[in-house]
Amino acid sequence: MSTADLNEDSEHTRRDFIHIFGAATAAVGAGAVVWPLVSQMNPDASVLALSTKDVDLSAVSEGQAIKVMWQGKPVFIRHRTAEEIEEASATSVSALKDPIARNDNLNGSEPATDENIVTGENGEARPQWLILVGVCTHLGCIPLGTTSGENRGEFNGWFCPCHGSHYDLAGRIRKGPAPENLLVPPYQFTTDSVVKIG
Amino acid sequence: MSHPSTYNPSTGFEKWLDKRLPIVRMGADFMDFPTPNNLNYWWTFGGILTVCLVVQILTGVILAMHYTPHTDMAFASVEHIMRDVNYGWLMRYVHANGASMFFIAVYIHMFRGIYYGSYKAPREVVWMLGVVIYLLMMATAFMGYVLPWGQMSYWGATVITNLFSAIPLVGEDIRTLLWGGFSVDNPTLNRFFSLHYLLPFAIFGVVMLHIWGFHTSGNNNPSGIEIKDVKKDTVPFHPYYTVKDGFAIVVFLILFAAFVFFNPNALGHADNYIEANPLSTPASIVPEWYYLPFYAILRAITFDIGPISSKLGGVIAMFGSILILFVLPWLDTSKVRSMRYRPVARMWFFLFVISCIALGYLGGKPAEGTYVMFAQIFTAYYFGFFLIILPLLGIMETPKPLPRSISESVLKKTGSSAPSGSQPAPAE
Repeated sequence: MSTADLNEDSEHTRRDFIHIFGAATAAVGAGAVVWPLVSQMNPDASVLALSTKDVDLSAVSEGQAIKVMWQGKPVFIRHRTAEEIEEASATSVSALKDPIARNDNLNGSEPATDENIVTGENGEARPQWLILVGVCTHLGCIPLGTTSGENRGEFNGWFCPCHGSHYDLAGRIRKGPAPENLLVPPYQFTTDSVVKIG
Repeated sequence: MSHPSTYNPSTGFEKWLDKRLPIVRMGADFMDFPTPNNLNYWWTFGGILTVCLVVQILTGVILAMHYTPHTDMAFASVEHIMRDVNYGWLMRYVHANGASMFFIAVYIHMFRGIYYGSYKAPREVVWMLGVVIYLLMMATAFMGYVLPWGQMSYWGATVITNLFSAIPLVGEDIRTLLWGGFSVDNPTLNRFFSLHYLLPFAIFGVVMLHIWGFHTSGNNNPSGIEIKDVKKDTVPFHPYYTVKDGFAIVVFLILFAAFVFFNPNALGHADNYIEANPLSTPASIVPEWYYLPFYAILRAITFDIGPISSKLGGVIAMFGSILILFVLPWLDTSKVRSMRYRPVARMWFFLFVISCIALGYLGGKPAEGTYVMFAQIFTAYYFGFFLIILPLLGIMETPKPLPRSISESVLKKTGSSAPSGSQPAPAE
């Protein structure tokens, strides 16, 4: 074997190596450039800073419901009466379209019993306070039923006018196209009458 | 360009420039392009669409000088344009109605393409670029409708961006990325404004490719037969089609002006004159008229298909109804381009047009009762036309005899005793 052959062979492998190495470096570089270009579209610091909200519930009397803004979305807070709590807890989970409690305070796999829906971040359940994100899980409309006199649907909770979803007294989807129960936001009672959402 | 250049630089400057940047030659060759001599008025919509794009860019750039993309000021700045800015009302009404005119023209242009088989070889790429333009138009128009920040702007944006949450696993992250927050809000409005300004220029670029494409393959024509003899079958684009297109553009602009000056809000929704309110959803959310057929398809899927929920199924059907156009050149198996010579296909085609219009009507109706049932029937036909009828017809249908050339088809129609009939037919 002559030295020329050897040189030629090693030249080829060296060139291949440089090509592959060069292309790989360019790919990593391209990824590093694209990352901030995409990431800038995610919620910025000022949006994230508004991610919690304290609500004073002392003025909300039994049977009444209010709407507050949290992260640009409405949150429904209903002060339920004893009969309403009873009606909501009497519903069996097997009768539900979505049997899972969509509660950010829990692990996400618990059954949609009334108790699991009214449980806050520290694990305590306050059945009189039903706190839900007021955004229909179908296509994001605001269901009616919070303000008195509005259509509360066939299950006495909320009714979405866009595509006709009916929610019950624990915000569970009972009829219509929505795939999931209303979401329960992360919340915690800081005093007996003040709740921190987020 | 696919034809030999006939440009002869006459002045010293033209000769000098032609050696350095042959831009005058490009323009001259464009105007001289050999165009089939039998193009009918359905072929004028390409020129009409170009005019629409220019009008939208011109009025849009002007509107952007007076508009404020902020949730607190957007609605007021649009009213400021309407009331305070000199001729602001004209700019805005031309821009808003211009979007509708653009879509009227593009739908006619697309139906023309389907009827005369303009998507068939060798024009598949031209057709696919057209579908890209159409998708870009839909995205641009959607984002433009959000900018006035009225109730329909806000809730339309909410419903459409929520469609992305139906994608399994990453859907909700994509939605957050689109919003730049936890709901449609100021960051969303800002980026929509930025993209609404950008995309028309992207459309302009793809339009150039679209034109380049059919200047390479040559125009299709109502007979669907390729040019056999440039002398007999074609005329130069200018003056023959500049004049014909020009006349059609003037007629089209009369319709345009009728909307702008006499009924500027006929195609809009009254609720968009109410400022956006995140706490109150309008009684019914209706998209702009040009999206209604697809909105009807979205809502027609009310049932789960195996592991696919009705929500995801609706989204797949809606996007699929547009994306299917990309593979249309390969779904239609018939060798005959023009439906003039395909009597059976023609019947199914008109049924397809009717079902598109019916879906448009149903998209504007509440999603309940018989409306849903009819939307399902027409959605089934929409997909059936592409996936079953066109592939099968190519095999089963007997087309009418084709004329031997474009000139023969023209002379036969006008009834003159064509000498071409006695001439030997050129080999296929």
